[in-house]
Amino acid sequence: MSFSHTWIEAVAAASVSFVTAFTGIAWWNAPQISSTFETVLVSPGAFDFEPTGEFVANGAEIDPGDRLVAFRRPIEIMKFQVTLGDYQRCVSAGKCEAADTRSGDSEAPVVGINFLDAQAYADWYSDYTGKEWRLPTPEEWAFVAAERFAGEVFTRGQDPSNPSIAWIRRYEEQILLNREPDPVIHPAGHFGPNSNGVADLGGNVWEWTSGCYTRIERDSEGNSVGAPYQNCGIRIAEGVHRAYMSNFIRNGKSGGCAVGTPPDHLGFRLVKDAGFASGLTSLGHTVTKYLSH
Amino acid sequence: MFTRRQALMTAGVASVAAAVASIPAAAAAKEAVAPADISRLPRQKVTLVAPPYVHAHDQVAKGGPKVVEFTMKIEEKPVVIDEEGTTLQAMTFNGSIPGPLMVVHEDDYVELTLINPESNSMPHNIDFHASTGGLGGGALTLINPGEQTKLRFKATRAGTFVYHCAPGGPMIPWHVVSGMSGAIMVLPRDGLKDEKGEPVRYDKVVYIGENDFYIPRDEDGNFKSYESPADSYADTVEVMRGLVPTHVVFNGAKGALTGDNALKAKVGETVLIVHSQANRDTRPHLIGGHGDHVWELGKFDNPPAKDLETWFIRGGSAGAATYTFLQPGIYAYVNHNLIEAVELGATAHFVVEGDWNDDLMMQVQAPAPIATN
Repeated sequence: MSFSHTWIEAVAAASVSFVTAFTGIAWWNAPQISSTFETVLVSPGAFDFEPTGEFVANGAEIDPGDRLVAFRRPIEIMKFQVTLGDYQRCVSAGKCEAADTRSGDSEAPVVGINFLDAQAYADWYSDYTGKEWRLPTPEEWAFVAAERFAGEVFTRGQDPSNPSIAWIRRYEEQILLNREPDPVIHPAGHFGPNSNGVADLGGNVWEWTSGCYTRIERDSEGNSVGAPYQNCGIRIAEGVHRAYMSNFIRNGKSGGCAVGTPPDHLGFRLVKDAGFASGLTSLGHTVTKYLSH
Repeated sequence: MFTRRQALMTAGVASVAAAVASIPAAAAAKEAVAPADISRLPRQKVTLVAPPYVHAHDQVAKGGPKVVEFTMKIEEKPVVIDEEGTTLQAMTFNGSIPGPLMVVHEDDYVELTLINPESNSMPHNIDFHASTGGLGGGALTLINPGEQTKLRFKATRAGTFVYHCAPGGPMIPWHVVSGMSGAIMVLPRDGLKDEKGEPVRYDKVVYIGENDFYIPRDEDGNFKSYESPADSYADTVEVMRGLVPTHVVFNGAKGALTGDNALKAKVGETVLIVHSQANRDTRPHLIGGHGDHVWELGKFDNPPAKDLETWFIRGGSAGAATYTFLQPGIYAYVNHNLIEAVELGATAHFVVEGDWNDDLMMQVQAPAPIATN
């Protein structure tokens, strides 16, 4: 028995933070000049990644474990989140809707935008530059974010005989990882670069990815049963924790049976699509091939 | 120069004069009940605790009526009421919103020492809906900063009743929506009873006070903060007159009873939930549970309603409901105007541990693709 589906918005709302892990490290004290034209090339590599989505076996949620994900080409990603000033150009061009959140600083990240807004901007920016720009996949985001990646922070899996155990455990984990909300919109660069030189990852602006909500049924051998269920009305935003958000939500909110603070803000950055297959992620067996080269 | 604070103080002084004028009448009333008898009654001193907790008390009275002594200090102070850090220039009974729940038995005498410290800026008083005459005590308790007063009233009716500050005129609604309300529970001497007269007992009692707040916004739509209650007055009254609260919360702040502060219970435990709203109607609902016995009107001489899904607490009253938890999990206790619950804050959580009962509920099929055959 699974209560997971009732937690989709709850996860969207729940904010779980590793802020304590960062305490004392001054990586947010390095203001820099923002420009979406500035990109970072992240070298190819492979890493362990806990897959997104929900995994179910015998009617109960299970922990899918990590899998190896490899990138065979570099990922070219915007160094900074798209700023309000950048976004306003798309609004002025009539291709983007105005953001919900008002901020006086055009050098600060645009926030108060939903997935559809982010996608509209990517389309406009691609036309504008003549290059293919798109939202990163959750795998790309995680790889680029490196030490700033948090992802799925809740314990998965449940006791099929008592669904309330996992339910209460998740509630308590949300409380445990609760963080103070940071509603201030900081200038781009405020949270500093990570080890890949990409700025503001895991700050107070969560970033939309192209990932959709999925649910995968597994048999007792761990093999997938049937086609995965996919709902692209719910997209994955990454940041201090992973948030599954309806694609039309511009500001996360807690409520109902959820606890914790929602993403402080929703924003995004884009990756340059270098063409078919270049940015594709590969599963374990492909990785073996990559490593043997 | 005539400042806003002076204006507020003047309003208070006018009310003090009215209160003084009423004292001879009150003194005459005291003669009739022979105060000498009361002086021989046993006395009990109770230390109040901040909601949602309730001071220890007997569900069935031991012995005859007594004088129960309480002390409350009025505190004006800024209080953060949501996760964005919105600040209310609050006025509180004993430092909490709502003020503490007082528990006595029918025919006990409530003796309250009310203190208005020098550090406060305004006159305050207290109106007990449980009491009789004297504007619920409001006419006898108006005190300026640096003063204290002692009020005694007889708890003649059993039930849950609101108390609130009522310092006169436009100060009344403003003080109430600034946090100055609480409740008293007057238990029948032989305890709560169901519709057949059988005893109703509880393992736990929680006190939930619901408040509607009216925080002014600046031209950008952001909530404003103020230096003092008086500074906030003019703007706040303007929002109040629109009758659209910016916050509807339990126990003084959004999230005051969720997460770390969630209420706890075990399967099989019976919880008595006392719910007050001093200003505005509300409709409590326990998501996943029920009201086993509900005194919607809060008055225990009326038989409780049973098995309610949602109950109604009139603005200016307190009600009580029991529920025995039958299934583990997270229960949201909400104002079932769900906009008020989720958007404005009126949500509390119970975390209930115990064994799952498949007979009451089970997921027969986990979410799966729609069957096609």
